[in-house]
Amino acid sequence: MYSFQYHAPTSLAEANTLFTQADDPIYIAGGMTLIPSMKQRLAQPSDVIDLAAVDELRGVTVNPDSVVVGALTTHNQVAEHQALGSILPVLAKVAAGIGDNQVRNRGTLGGSLANSDPAADYPAAVVALGATLVTNQRRIHADEFFVDLFETALSPNEIILRVEFPVPQRAAYAKFANQASGYAVVGVLVADFGDSIRVGVTGAGPCAFRGCGMEQLLQADFSAGALANSEVPNAGFNSDMHASADYRAHLVRVMGQRAVQELLEAGS
Amino acid sequence: MRIALSVNGSVHEVDVPAHTLLVDVLREHLGLTGTHVGCDTSQCGACTVHADGRAIKSCSLLAVQAQDMVITTIEGIGDADNLHPMQASFREHHGLQCGFCTPGMIMQAIDLVENNSDLSNQGIRAGLKGNLCRCTGYHNIVRAVQAVADQRKAQGTAE
Repeated sequence: MYSFQYHAPTSLAEANTLFTQADDPIYIAGGMTLIPSMKQRLAQPSDVIDLAAVDELRGVTVNPDSVVVGALTTHNQVAEHQALGSILPVLAKVAAGIGDNQVRNRGTLGGSLANSDPAADYPAAVVALGATLVTNQRRIHADEFFVDLFETALSPNEIILRVEFPVPQRAAYAKFANQASGYAVVGVLVADFGDSIRVGVTGAGPCAFRGCGMEQLLQADFSAGALANSEVPNAGFNSDMHASADYRAHLVRVMGQRAVQELLEAGS
Repeated sequence: MRIALSVNGSVHEVDVPAHTLLVDVLREHLGLTGTHVGCDTSQCGACTVHADGRAIKSCSLLAVQAQDMVITTIEGIGDADNLHPMQASFREHHGLQCGFCTPGMIMQAIDLVENNSDLSNQGIRAGLKGNLCRCTGYHNIVRAVQAVADQRKAQGTAE
């Protein structure tokens, strides 16, 4: 790892000032991606600004129709939160399936979203649930947040404070995990809001996106069979040693069907 | 930079560059070499310790980040005369061969049984996903953890 200056601000204002004054700063939350990247010298910030002591980023609030999760909430805190788990079990399930237990004890919701790893699980939930990301500058809807590979709508100095998840009538997440890493080769989350269906897809493209074609099919016929012959255009899909673009397109269809199946079985 | 760390019940002050990893302070500065470095890339779990009671990989945390945490290493849970129940169970069920992964396995297994009241074979295997063992084939490790989980469950029912 290259050397850097470490800072531990205790307020957003202090974090902001430190960021503005530094040459090439970076914010760190759980560090589950950043620290390995720095060790591999893929990242070499001049200043690491640790957000751990900024209290505005903490806390989980469960309302009847929404769940608000502070950006520094770890994956295990989401997975193990009882009130959250009873009103929005799909989010607890997504969190419980991220990485391994040690990673879930450190990795955070805000860090995962700001990183926008194409194979991360949370982005599928944020997109499918139509969440709103509240930053220190503005509110960003999920549909506008993920831009490209490791690229989001956040400006460099912008910090996610919390994420507001609307609660659907029912939802399910199906993921085809890489056998070695556990990362989502493809993950599909289907959410039924009664008057609308939203589908979030991760792993397939450079960043998470809405499965609009699948949403239309499910709107007309909410069954796994409705997706059996759905067209999934693979233009721009990831193609690597783990899966070709064609295979990922196939997996989007299959994971979509599995999510719908699970959702229907849970409801019956 | 000068930092203070709470490890196994006592506070230690060390002077290290900001980019020093927690595992390096534990091993090089405090002489706690029971915590191992297997891969140094967050894959293998050999460096697992407890931070505020939960398992984390000490190769993926800066020492300076651990300043406000209570750190426990394998040296802090028991000794040769007073093994922790998880250590005793690994011995009883022959849950190790070369032993390199064992400290990390045990620290993770303790987190697992303390935070799950009803652990199945599959649950244990999923819970140990972040810990690699290249000798045992995992069966005896899973048996060792299952025995402790069952014991805790029986005690919980009895109370």
